[in-house]
Amino acid sequence: MTTLGDSFLMAWQLTASADGRLAEIVLLSLRVSLSATLIACLIGMPVGALLAVGRFPGRRILIVLFNGLMGLPPVVVGLLVYLLLSRAGPLGSFGLLFSPAAMVVAQAVLVTPIVAALTRQVVADEWTEYREQLRSLGASRARAAATLLWDGRFSLSTAALAGFGRAIAEVGAVMIVGGNIDGVTRVMTTTIALETSKGDLPLALALGFILIVVVLSINAVAYALRGWAERKWG
Amino acid sequence: MGVSAWLSIDGLGLTEGGTCIIDSATLALSAQRSVVLGPNGAGKSTLLRLIHGLLHPSSGRLAWPERLSQAMVFQRPIMLRTTALENVEYGLKLQGHAAPERRRRAAGALARVGLEPIAGRPARLLSGGEQQRVALARAWALEPQLLILDEPTASLDPASSREVERIIGEIAAAGTRILMTTHNLGQARRMADEVVFMDRGRVLEQTAVNDFFSLPQCDAAQRFLKEEMP
Amino acid sequence: MTARRMVCSALAAACLLAFGPAHAEDRFITVASTTSTEQSGLFAHLLPAFEKTSGIKVRVIAQGTGQALNTGRRGDADVLFVHDKAAEEKFVAEGFGVKRQEVMYNDFIVIGPKADPAKAAGKDILDGLRRIEAAKAPFVSRGDKSGTHAAELRYWKAAGVDLDKAKGPWYRDTGSGMGPALNTAASMNAYILADRGTWLKFKNRAELGIVVEGDSKLFNQYGVILVNPAKHAHVKQADGQAFIDWIVSPAGQKAIADYKIGGEQLFFPNAKP
Repeated sequence: MTTLGDSFLMAWQLTASADGRLAEIVLLSLRVSLSATLIACLIGMPVGALLAVGRFPGRRILIVLFNGLMGLPPVVVGLLVYLLLSRAGPLGSFGLLFSPAAMVVAQAVLVTPIVAALTRQVVADEWTEYREQLRSLGASRARAAATLLWDGRFSLSTAALAGFGRAIAEVGAVMIVGGNIDGVTRVMTTTIALETSKGDLPLALALGFILIVVVLSINAVAYALRGWAERKWG
Repeated sequence: MGVSAWLSIDGLGLTEGGTCIIDSATLALSAQRSVVLGPNGAGKSTLLRLIHGLLHPSSGRLAWPERLSQAMVFQRPIMLRTTALENVEYGLKLQGHAAPERRRRAAGALARVGLEPIAGRPARLLSGGEQQRVALARAWALEPQLLILDEPTASLDPASSREVERIIGEIAAAGTRILMTTHNLGQARRMADEVVFMDRGRVLEQTAVNDFFSLPQCDAAQRFLKEEMP
Repeated sequence: MTARRMVCSALAAACLLAFGPAHAEDRFITVASTTSTEQSGLFAHLLPAFEKTSGIKVRVIAQGTGQALNTGRRGDADVLFVHDKAAEEKFVAEGFGVKRQEVMYNDFIVIGPKADPAKAAGKDILDGLRRIEAAKAPFVSRGDKSGTHAAELRYWKAAGVDLDKAKGPWYRDTGSGMGPALNTAASMNAYILADRGTWLKFKNRAELGIVVEGDSKLFNQYGVILVNPAKHAHVKQADGQAFIDWIVSPAGQKAIADYKIGGEQLFFPNAKP
């Protein structure tokens, strides 16, 4: 039975040797999750901001909905996107299933509600502070949303990083829509799942350590960013 | 004096959640500099917000003989997370002015309030007094015909307060009408042409400033002055 | 306006990253296969040889046989490579596949605790299963409509065990692939039906060993099918057929026979010319 220590050592050796396949897997994970997060921000941030400052029928319901969607199980998202992208499905003609693009789509669907809900919270807090002044200066609600998005950029970076963290750590969605194809759609989490299922636990744990380091680094960056922003811009 | 009113308020009322905040206010504003005085909870800030359009009345109306462009400065200056200059530019950007024009007017406004050297500094890192002067510059850059101020020096130290008073005076001298509230009676005396006195949501008195302080007419005003000035 | 420019470049970056050039120009086919062929390492050995001679890359989706057939029905794969003859023939009969061809076989084995509490050891699969049921010894089933699962159910039936009646806490239906099921069996010290290939590569053995092997009934036939282009026009017919032709050709069959783990051959080519 290998120990945790053996796995840690293995992780270190794998990373230090800059193993080609390992690098390919890590880079693919980053590429997929970064793209998905970027798309999620492009959609989720304006939506979140408008939910915060807007006034329209059904707004409260939408807020509750997005808060709830934050907890969407990744495997369910994977299933839904699979049915959409399968050749037998409505978007089948694009031939996207079992490709990195499909994984990006699935993770974008997963992360957008998170970014939207967190953005809404940030912008709503800002709106409380800025509302009278912005209205006094003549800002429309849409204009105010844009202004507050930029003004809250540091808190929103944290929201984006939270979304990214969720994306890179999930396995349910990418496994189903990606198919875990060697060299094409195999990412850190699906590799961990595969190695575990093969009973090759040390390798799985080694990859797990690397993934943890990635996630911890993201959080450290988020923390440092907030501190720097506070000191620089107040 | 024969100057016609620039705003007529007729039976203005505001009720929120069952509470009457403004109770049938009727008055005509014609002075260059008007100050609204009254104890806490009189509705002074609410009246200003109704006039500015931030709140909508439940009853009554505001009649503007000619539409006046307005700007408002609040008790606590609200600054965006950008430089002082960009904060001043923001209002001009909303009005659709081109970048070079914006920059010129904003820089000019900052210079008039004496903050040209710190134009490039992050606005939120400035002192309270400096931030309030940036807020004034922001309002001034819009060249409003009416400037409304809600207790503009309440959170400032005496030196900054005096600086802010001076700036408001300059804005008034340049032709902008001033409508403000304050708890500082000395300030009211220095700055106002006319006093509007409110108590518990009602407008009770409207008098020239010196007359108000030497001979307040209603009981509430007399009590108010007695408490505020030992 | 800097903000607008930032948004546009972010959008461009996202699209570039997501739909990036990496594999867009590769010539490839999609093969839906079972976990046993991938996890045993056969494909890792076999495919590079094919890719070299043909220039066609093979993307393997490792699913259970049931899921692979469904993938074929939906048109999400070009070729199927599975091991459940009855299900495969049905697939072709329903018009989803063009033709079924035999490729190779391996064998199933029963894995179990070395201590063998049910005394199932030997060369007789049906007898072994009967003893396991009689002793109510813990048994892990894949329960996932895979070829292995289908075989397991056939053996129980042939042994005369009515699973619906006999099922109890001793029979653990895990609904998982071969590897995870072996993991479960290892941690529960249970019996399990497995394919030899996955077992040879499996590292987490705990107290388990081979209990029953060598029965001719344990012979497990693999078949390859081209998904029917008549049903799904986008199927890569030419390249898919090229793969099938290669794998049943002498070159392909030899490559299969050459694959060994620890000197032991796992898969035995038996394509008919």
